[in-house]
Amino acid sequence: MDRSILHVDMNACYASIECLYDPSIRDKPVAVGGDAEARHGIILAKNQIAKKYGVTTGEALWQAKQKCPQLVIIKPHYDRYLRFSALARQIYNSYTDQVESFGLDECWLDVSGSVHLFGDSTVIAEEIRERVKRELGITVSVGVSYNKVFAKLGSDLKKPDAVSVLTRDNYRDKVWPLPASDLLYVGRATTRKLYNHGIETIGQLANTDPELLQAWFGKVGMILYWFANGLDNSPVMAVGDETIIKSIGNSTTTPRDLMNELDAKIVFYMLAESVAERMRDHGFLAKTVQISVRDNGLFWYQKQMKLDEPTCLASELCDTAMELLRMSYRWQNPLRSIGIRGCDLIPATTPKQLKLFEDEAEREKLEQLERAVDDIRRRFGHYAIYRAVVEFDPTLKHINPKEDHTIHPIGYFKAI
Amino acid sequence: MQEIKKEYVSILAQIHRDGMIQPLGILLEDGRKFDIDEVKDKCRAASLKAGGCGIRYTIRIGARDTYLFDEDGRWFVEMRAG
Repeated sequence: MDRSILHVDMNACYASIECLYDPSIRDKPVAVGGDAEARHGIILAKNQIAKKYGVTTGEALWQAKQKCPQLVIIKPHYDRYLRFSALARQIYNSYTDQVESFGLDECWLDVSGSVHLFGDSTVIAEEIRERVKRELGITVSVGVSYNKVFAKLGSDLKKPDAVSVLTRDNYRDKVWPLPASDLLYVGRATTRKLYNHGIETIGQLANTDPELLQAWFGKVGMILYWFANGLDNSPVMAVGDETIIKSIGNSTTTPRDLMNELDAKIVFYMLAESVAERMRDHGFLAKTVQISVRDNGLFWYQKQMKLDEPTCLASELCDTAMELLRMSYRWQNPLRSIGIRGCDLIPATTPKQLKLFEDEAEREKLEQLERAVDDIRRRFGHYAIYRAVVEFDPTLKHINPKEDHTIHPIGYFKAI
Repeated sequence: MQEIKKEYVSILAQIHRDGMIQPLGILLEDGRKFDIDEVKDKCRAASLKAGGCGIRYTIRIGARDTYLFDEDGRWFVEMRAG
């Protein structure tokens, strides 16, 4: 039997929440944007009215202002968004325990087991849409389908405040004419590559010989083929309110562009210290380090590397991050934002293989040193002690990695 | 249309043995007090008029029904401005 999967997407989540809190701006073009002075000056979200003016997510505040001079720009309130995200999950959880978050504002629900209790998946979708509107005051669009990929596409078909159903009978008419870039995992680079091969729609992708796709894209080629044909059978993960920590990371947009390795090192150190501190707090060691890099043209990528030995040391995280950056970036453009993340976490109590030719005593000392720093910061504040490298440019010091961390959507294949 | 603003209020409430909160009275910032005669309904809801969301109590004060919201521990009412 086919599964019944819903994908619920809060429409213009941040902007809608801000509009709910301030009725006076509801009929104006509204965007949520970072702090222009601290150079977090990009549009994070916009409402439908702002969208009509051509305001797009990710563009600079001044660009958006040019398109729409009367645009109301609101600073983000992450505490509110987190609260609404949790409240929405509570609603979803009253229909099924299989709820998987994808970022703050999107969730998949597997309601296959609940259809006998609440009516078929479309009925549940309509009920969820109504309830979120009534109880939270914001609108959602829901996609209903038999797999996660189509459910997600469905929630984009009609918005705001709507339900779209994609079945085995209608997906050829509804999904296939869409541009390939709408499909999960088709980013900018893949879109361009597909276009070069003459593939523009999901339908064309679905009807391309999978072996050809594999030759062009490797493993991802097969995935694209499956997705375009609705052959995705990845499960909706039943994750409770307390998501198991899979990785710990920090990223920041810096007060000024990073021009060279030294700049990057300063920021990486600050981020790595906060990441390492949190790993120690939670009793984890990371086996892999991942960096994310965004240049001033908003070109973005991630790179990761396995460590020889699991670590919770800021210095080792930072050294690895720098190595990754050196391998992958040529400084064609200055960097606007960087992030570092420890993944493949294992409990710090895991027995470890000592190395014959490395000085373990030295590593232990380093860990004690970093713990001592944690302690000083806990007692006297974050800036009571910091690395000398930061003094090369104190302007970069004014990022507070602990309070400043952004929430990234997690990968689709995280648990597979 | 009359403008509505979000007015945070102090409340007098009875907290029952099972943790249930029963609001008994409202104290406005300007000092006015109102006794709540009846709680007619309680549900989760958003206040589109005042801008907020929480647990909404439909309460009766004298002959009038009105809403009282518990927004994560801070309480507010929808007040006519002016």
